[in-house]
Order: sequence, then C-alpha cells, then structure tokens
Amino acid sequence: MAIRERLSGNEAVAYAIKQVNPDVMPAFPITPSTEIPQLVANYIANGEIDTEFIPVESEHSAMSATIGASAAGARALTATSSCGMALMWELLYVAASNRLPLALTLVNRALSGPININCDHSDSMGARDAGWIQIYAENNQEVYDNFIQAYRISEHKDVHLPIMICQDGFITSHALANIELLEDDKVKNFVGEYQPENYLLNEQETMALGPYAVSNYYMETKKAQVEAMKNAKQVILDVGKEFGEMSGRSYGFFEEYKLSDADYAVVIIGSAAGTTKDAIDELREKGIKAGLLKLRVFRPFPAEEIAAALKNCKAIGIMDRSEGFNGQAGPLTAEISAALFRAKSQAKVVSYIYGLGGRDYRVEDALEVFDELKEAANGKEVEQFRYIGLRSR
Amino acid sequence: MKNTVEIRWHGRGGQGAKTAALLLADVCFKHGKNVQGFPEYGPERMGAPITAYNRISDDELRVHSNIYDPDYVVVVDETLLEAIDVTAGLSEDGGIVINTQKPKEEIIPHLKGYKGKVYTIDARRISEEALGKYFPNSPMLAAIVAVSKVMEKDEFLSQMETSYQHKFAKKPEVIEGNMKALRMAFEEVK
Repeated sequence: MAIRERLSGNEAVAYAIKQVNPDVMPAFPITPSTEIPQLVANYIANGEIDTEFIPVESEHSAMSATIGASAAGARALTATSSCGMALMWELLYVAASNRLPLALTLVNRALSGPININCDHSDSMGARDAGWIQIYAENNQEVYDNFIQAYRISEHKDVHLPIMICQDGFITSHALANIELLEDDKVKNFVGEYQPENYLLNEQETMALGPYAVSNYYMETKKAQVEAMKNAKQVILDVGKEFGEMSGRSYGFFEEYKLSDADYAVVIIGSAAGTTKDAIDELREKGIKAGLLKLRVFRPFPAEEIAAALKNCKAIGIMDRSEGFNGQAGPLTAEISAALFRAKSQAKVVSYIYGLGGRDYRVEDALEVFDELKEAANGKEVEQFRYIGLRSR
Repeated sequence: MKNTVEIRWHGRGGQGAKTAALLLADVCFKHGKNVQGFPEYGPERMGAPITAYNRISDDELRVHSNIYDPDYVVVVDETLLEAIDVTAGLSEDGGIVINTQKPKEEIIPHLKGYKGKVYTIDARRISEEALGKYFPNSPMLAAIVAVSKVMEKDEFLSQMETSYQHKFAKKPEVIEGNMKALRMAFEEVK
C-alpha cells in the first residue's frame, strides 16, 4: 500500500536518501546548497540512519570526499545546487573517468551572474559533457522515484558511472505537494546492498585509482566511458520497468503525452512539462493535435528514440531552460536537431529559450508556442531561435 | 480547471505568509485534497513584500506557474495596499481578505475598483489577545478557510489542533493560544 504524503521536492529526496541509507554523505552544508543535507543530517542525528555525514568547507571538497568514499568502496552521495555545482566542476570529470558509481542530488538553479537564486538548468546543462548520467523530474514524485532508481543504474556492472538526480529549484524543491511514498522494506529490497567489485579498501586486491594517463591511454579511457554510457540506456529501461512493477509508476527515457498522433510537439525538461500538459488539454478540446515529449534522461542521450517518437510531427518546438550562446539553439535543441537530421526528419524545428533565472513559464506561454508551431507547419516563416516570456519593457 | 481553488498571499518577510500558505496546503491535504503550497523566492528580507500561493483541487495539479488569476487573495499587511496591486487578476466571484483595524469602507477605495467580496479581520488584536504577541498568520489562515470554504470549520479546527500538537511538541503552552486565535478569526472575519 502506497503511503499518501505531502512533501516538498527537497523533503522527498531527503526521505528517499533516508530509505536508501547510503554509507557516506559529504556536503557543504549552507547556501548555495539546499535543505537536503540538513534534513539528512537530522535523520542521522535522530539515529534513523547510519550514514556518515561529512560537513566540508566547499563543494570542491564535497565532491572530492564523495569520490574518496566511493573509491574506498562506500555507497556515497552529495547534494548541491547552482554555483555549488560550478565549484565541483573539476571533480565531476574525475568521478566519471574513474568510473565511480556515486550520486549527486542537484536542485537546478541559475548560475551567477547576474546574481540569481531561481530555477533554470544552466548548472547541469553546463556539465553535460562531464560524463555523468543525468535524470530530470517534473515534480516531487518523480525526483523521489528517480533517486530510488539511481544506485541501481550507476552501480550496474555494465555502467559504473556517477549519476545526477535533478529537480527544478524552488518550483519543485520548495513547493509542498502530494506524493506517494513507498514502504522502507520495498525500497531496501529494490535498491539492495552495495557490493563494490573493485575498491581501495579491498586488501585482497590492491589497486591504483586516478593515476596519470599518458596520451597512449587517455583516449581509450574516454572511449570506455562512452561505451558505459551506451550500456546505461538498457539498464535505465530495465530499472525503470522493474520500478514500475514494484510501485505502479514505470519510467523510460521520456514521457510521451498525447504525442502518438500529434502534428505539433513540444520537447521540454522538468516542471514546465506539467504546465505544458494543461495547455495541450486545452488545445485538444479545440481539435488541435498538440503533444509533448518530456525528456527524463538527458545523459545517456536517447537520440534515436527521440527521433522515432517525433517522426510524425509536422513542427517541433524544443524548449531550453539554459543558454548555450551559439546564437541558433539551446543545448537541448542542438542535440535533438542532430538526432532529427540523422533520422532524415522533415519537421520544422523551432528553438525556444524560456524560464531563465526563474522567469515564470505559464500555460499561456505554451499556447503561444503551439500557435507558432502551427503556423510553421503551414509554411509560414517563423523565427527559428527565440526567447519567450521576455519583458515587453 | 475550475475544480481548483487558487489563492495568492501577500505579506511582508517575517510575518509568516509563507508558513500560512504551507499550513493551508497541509490542512487541505489532510482533508483529502491535492495541494500545492509555494512561495515566490527572491532576495528575502524582513519587511520586504513577499508572495505565496496555494492551489487546492480534487484533480491532479500539473501547472507549476505562479497564480495570476486567483479566486482569493489574502493580504497579511495592509500597508501593502499602497505598494502592491493586490487585486491584480483577482476573480470577482471570489474575494479578498485583508488584515486591518480599519472599517471596510476605508479599505475599499484602495482596491482599484475591485467588485468582488471584501473581507476584513483585525488579526493584530486577535493575535495579541490570544497569543500575547503579534503573529498574524494563524488568524489569517482561519480567515481564508472561513471565506473560501475549502473545508468545514470543525474539521479545520480539529486538523489544526493535530498539526499544532506535532509542530509545537516542545512548547505545548502555545497550542491553546493558537487554537484560540483560529476560533476567534473564524468568527470575526466579515
């Protein structure tokens, strides 16, 4: 029996961490981090879990200590947001190239400057080439469910990659909403005990970790990371299906909402997907065939699967909540455009930037996008890259 | 989507408008509803205007934007009437609840011709009488529940008592005062 509760996104992740009871959690315990480390520290202080919490002096140290703990053979994680993640940058690559199955629970917020604390995806999108698995959530339920699946994916012997579990800053992280929780024993059984294969504290099998890789070896390491990322695709699908059998909520690479017969589709990540769904229902009542592809897994990137899901659409609006400054498309649009090109798609593609620094994204914004996609499909020339929701003065 | 009641809170940092919005979400959740309770975050400072929101529904809540066309507005601090367009987008079938010691007739001219129902409540007096201190959020919470009828009085009071027992487990002496503030506000909002 699912447990009916109401939690903020931060509380939901902290609760999932409690149920998983990882071995080590180093974290920088104040701003720009969220209340997630604080809530976990409370669970530890109350004796509800035996995770070792290490308060560190910076996010650079937080990720370093998480890497150290994971390398030693512990199930480890850290939590951060925004500029805190930027300070981890160097170590993100170290975690991935050392093939450490650790977790980062990220609350997506804008990077400075100008100084801003609100939601956008600049932090994780900037880290898209770091070699981490990235999974995004529409609401508190999904980020809870995603965290419970995290270690099953990252620790899988064919994967061994760090995993980032993302949610939208404030919009879901600080909003109180309904959620269905799973029983502790169900979560424990699903996640299982961690059995590291190679680890530094194994005295039977000594190993080196993170040594210098000369030019003769560096490239092979990168190729191995790519293979692991490819392997992660099947693992993510298998874990998402098994999670569905346990919880009633199945997960894949993305959710399709009224997409199968859609002429006009929006592709979007995170909480804005829910708002877009309400716009789609309004349009469907008027007989307009609008649909949505909500991307859950950005790394590994399900290129062929996305192209196949969009193959019947006449016009596609791809929505980016971060800027890439290439002057023609946001990062999500650039990658999906490449996938559509390879699939020989003839669809019109429009790149929209929305919601930077917490700019609100409303049902009306989604309606405006669909309106323009309809015109584009009918042959009208529309701007192929533009901002929505800008101030008029 | 008119199975959904949308409420916007205007307060000043430190007055508990955010807490009140979260408490309203909490009590409506216990009543069996789907809820959202969220503040609009900015550079928060004591005394600066803040906004918080509630959606309360029998349906699944998917929209994640702020609320622009609320059914109800709660104004926790009447000095905001000069600074903020509190009735912006407010439904004329709904209403506005204002914490003030002034008679309604003196408040209405500040509402930019709003034609819906206007309710006032003296949350300062209630709070000081019931709690001995000025914490307007409990009386304002009861007032909006009374006005919006999102739940019945008796159920609201009994759920709130349970919440307070949990929230104030370490200082039970404030529970009765808060309950008194809720009961007084329920009667006095008009």
